[in-house]
Amino acid sequence: MKRKNNAFFRWFYGEKDPYLGKVEMRPQPKYENKPSDLREAFRDSMMRDRIYDAEDNATLKIFQKLYRIAAVLFCLILIGILLVNVSWLPRYGQASNPVNNEVSARYIESGLQETGAVNIVTGMILDYRAFDTFGESNVLFIATVTVLILMRLDKEKKAPAKKGVPVYTKPADELTVAQAHDRIYEPKNDVILQMVAGFLVPIIIIFGIYVILNGHLSPGGGFSGGAVIGAGLILYLNAFGFEKTERFFTEKTYKWVCFFALTFYCLAKSYSFFTGANHLESGIPLGTPGAILSSGLILPLNICVGLVVACTMYTFYALFRKGGF
Amino acid sequence: MNVFTYILMGFLVICAISVTFSKKLLNSILIFMSYSLIMSIIWMLLESPDLAITEAAVGAGVTSVLFFVTLKKIHAMVGEEEKDEEKK
Repeated sequence: MKRKNNAFFRWFYGEKDPYLGKVEMRPQPKYENKPSDLREAFRDSMMRDRIYDAEDNATLKIFQKLYRIAAVLFCLILIGILLVNVSWLPRYGQASNPVNNEVSARYIESGLQETGAVNIVTGMILDYRAFDTFGESNVLFIATVTVLILMRLDKEKKAPAKKGVPVYTKPADELTVAQAHDRIYEPKNDVILQMVAGFLVPIIIIFGIYVILNGHLSPGGGFSGGAVIGAGLILYLNAFGFEKTERFFTEKTYKWVCFFALTFYCLAKSYSFFTGANHLESGIPLGTPGAILSSGLILPLNICVGLVVACTMYTFYALFRKGGF
Repeated sequence: MNVFTYILMGFLVICAISVTFSKKLLNSILIFMSYSLIMSIIWMLLESPDLAITEAAVGAGVTSVLFFVTLKKIHAMVGEEEKDEEKK
């Protein structure tokens, strides 16, 4: 293929940086191949060649050729199978498709009377299919716990105390090192970022709260609003640093918020697992459709999901950055 | 489906291909971010604004930020102090 010597293509292939020399910045040092690096990189393959005697081993050569042919064949067969399967799908938007059954008709026709939610989607995911959403919230929580296990650093890693060996220096614990490391690479007190964040963060968070609270009336709901709030919190953290966010959000806050939200959800909706996804009367009046205090349990459940999602997003970011709060 | 949607779909394909072929990791993350933004506009045109909000917040916001942090952790984005240390 003939490469166009355009400025855009040169930028795309990484040959030219349009800001280099025009904007005040330091260019990156050129990457150099050191012989020791090369030896390190090829050590495994050289070792393997020596063990299997690769130059004189006829079986190995045949196997390697066959392996390549088989890989290409396998890819082609897989592509073929998938394309054939797609051609068997019914055409989009036809009335006889299996999607158009009595379930969706029931949801659309009597969803408003049965759930009281103007937004049918929310009525589905938080009333008819509330146990699905409960599973989703738990998946998010489990994901956070996994990241916590992988990336969390201990606050106090005690040095092994031996008798007769006095410990002169206190070993720097991992979290402090990570914090110092984080502080070096983070531009502190960036004025532009702080001004913009001080202006934008309240708007973002208010929009998120609006989306959560109006989940049963307008598009959106717990997950969308929670994600918006989480993004706002991350922006705040980036602009003002961990000291400011730790005044209102610590590990304890995360634990208690997630505990209460998930427990409330569990108490409200986990009976579905025992009744075979059948509905029980909650006894809460549905109210007038369109009012903010309507549609029974949907509003509190939306708030729970939003809290879990917002805290999860923020926790992910904090854990990725320095392995703790 | 109007012309605007087709243009956006074309952008999606271009983004998806150039993410894999871009040489610098930072460039591919930025292209991935723009993919999410275009996708959220397409959700808007397909009349599902709730998905558009989620896509813009999660796809373009949180995921890209997590990618940036990961790049920093594996030292693919070099900080200025680190460069100074290397020179010394």
